[in-house]
Amino acid sequence: MDLKATFISGRTVDQGCNLENKTSKAYFDAAGYCEMNSADAGKLGVKPGNNVKVTTDFGSVVVPLKICEGNPDGLIFIPMGPWANAVVDPNTCGCGMPGYKGIPAVVNPSSDTAPTMQQLMARLK
Amino acid sequence: MIIKDVLCPFCGCLCDDLAVEVENNKVVDVKHACKIGASKIRGHDRIKAPMMRDDKNGEFREVSYEEAINESARILAKSKRPLLYGWANGLCEMMKKGILLTEEVGGIIDNTASVCHGPSALGVHEKGLPTGTLGQFANRADVVVFWGCNPVQAHPRHMGRYSVFNKGFFANKGRRSRKVVVFDVRKTDTANLADEYVQVKPGEDYMVLSALRAIVAGKGDVVPDTVGGVPKEKLAEVAETMKAAKFGIVYFGMGLTQSRGKYKNIDNAVSLITELNAHGKHSIIPMRGHYNVTGFGNVCAWETGFINAVDMSRGYPYYNPGETCSNDLLMREEIDAAFIIAGDAGAHFPAQSIARMGKVPVIQVDPFHNPTTEMANIVIPTKVSGVELEGTAYRMDGVSLRMRKLVDVDFPSDEEVLDKIIAKVREIKGASS
Ligand code: SF4
Repeated sequence: MDLKATFISGRTVDQGCNLENKTSKAYFDAAGYCEMNSADAGKLGVKPGNNVKVTTDFGSVVVPLKICEGNPDGLIFIPMGPWANAVVDPNTCGCGMPGYKGIPAVVNPSSDTAPTMQQLMARLK
Repeated sequence: MIIKDVLCPFCGCLCDDLAVEVENNKVVDVKHACKIGASKIRGHDRIKAPMMRDDKNGEFREVSYEEAINESARILAKSKRPLLYGWANGLCEMMKKGILLTEEVGGIIDNTASVCHGPSALGVHEKGLPTGTLGQFANRADVVVFWGCNPVQAHPRHMGRYSVFNKGFFANKGRRSRKVVVFDVRKTDTANLADEYVQVKPGEDYMVLSALRAIVAGKGDVVPDTVGGVPKEKLAEVAETMKAAKFGIVYFGMGLTQSRGKYKNIDNAVSLITELNAHGKHSIIPMRGHYNVTGFGNVCAWETGFINAVDMSRGYPYYNPGETCSNDLLMREEIDAAFIIAGDAGAHFPAQSIARMGKVPVIQVDPFHNPTTEMANIVIPTKVSGVELEGTAYRMDGVSLRMRKLVDVDFPSDEEVLDKIIAKVREIKGASS
């Protein structure tokens, strides 16, 4: 089962609290998750805490699921940080700003473990 | 000892009413700050000493400041196209030095705004910015619009101090003096506190702004039944609310700058304000993130004429954001060294850009271990500005304020490190020319 979605990223209080604490488990908990509403989670057959894989044209990332009923159907959110960056669009369309919001994505249930910050960065060097 | 009237070195609200208790040179309590500000002032694990490694996958070895600074200077001096990025999490005094270093090495200086409100600056270049100070908005605004921003999460005291719940001279009944409208693609915690929530389809803010402009201008007949997922009746209602304001303010965030349209969204939002100013008094202001990101824009503008993304390789300042912003430089594989200070490119750039940074020598100046450290060859720890160092910062509305020092530490300041690198670069370049 997969869910076609629109991806956005953004700030949260907890992500902010751990902005200078990025090697910690607290930062992972604050920035390494994907939010969607319970109807979308139901369609995917996943529960909060289960891992999902988010894939876009620019990459994929496995993170645990959280529920947020404020998200309309088909809108998924990952807080700004390395997990979101794995799937955002690097193209700036000539204005300097990459595409961090509004990216078409596909979400699947996943049995893989979510990468730590260090594991994510290790992929890039 | 309790230090009063402390400024918070976290977000662009630059709250200036904190009381910090310090005992034996340690922060033991932080009063009046939000959870994020308190967390920053209380502090986190630090990088203890300068470190270097040749192989990014290898282990760091501790080195002296002198060795790390000399090696950084050597890398920058021999680099043909170095990128000097970050700056927003530091004080104006160090930013000035950063611009000087960029000039010395013929590099490109860019700050965190390029992945934040950089597009807002482009919108402002096109249309200007009818704005004001947070104090004016706090005292006067009776209609408050948050567009694509979520202060409950990103600027937690904003609504309490400046925009919604505070009592103002004219808006003297606090929350009851104001109508609050939120435009966002999802029902955020901020939207939950609003009188009116307008749910916009992702990427369609530009159209919603255009429809509002048409309605405010009395041309509502050209607007279709729904725009960007919003029914026309709802847009007409919100337009009436905005028109009826004695003093209306629009606060906007990444929901506009990072989604489709980017700077054109800001251009259009400013045009809406111009339209509204035929009816009342209206202002607009970006919700700036880092506590001194506005400071960088100011320092860079008075030093170079431009607010960020300034290329010094020609021997004079050159600015063309889609060409000279960090992510464009990285994606074109143009740069051959990166100097990251007071901003964490590793945590906030798209994976592909960071992978390009992985191919060149990376120097990091920062108190904390973060994703940039993972990509770095040289790491130089410094003081936490605004906690361990005093200096100047600019609030999101462009008001400059003096940050205080709360505790003493042995680390050097960013400014001291930059001074030493500049001196060494001059020595190397002088010797080779
Ligand atoms: S709202 Fe911003 S400036 Fe004020 S205390 Fe919180 S983080 Fe600090």
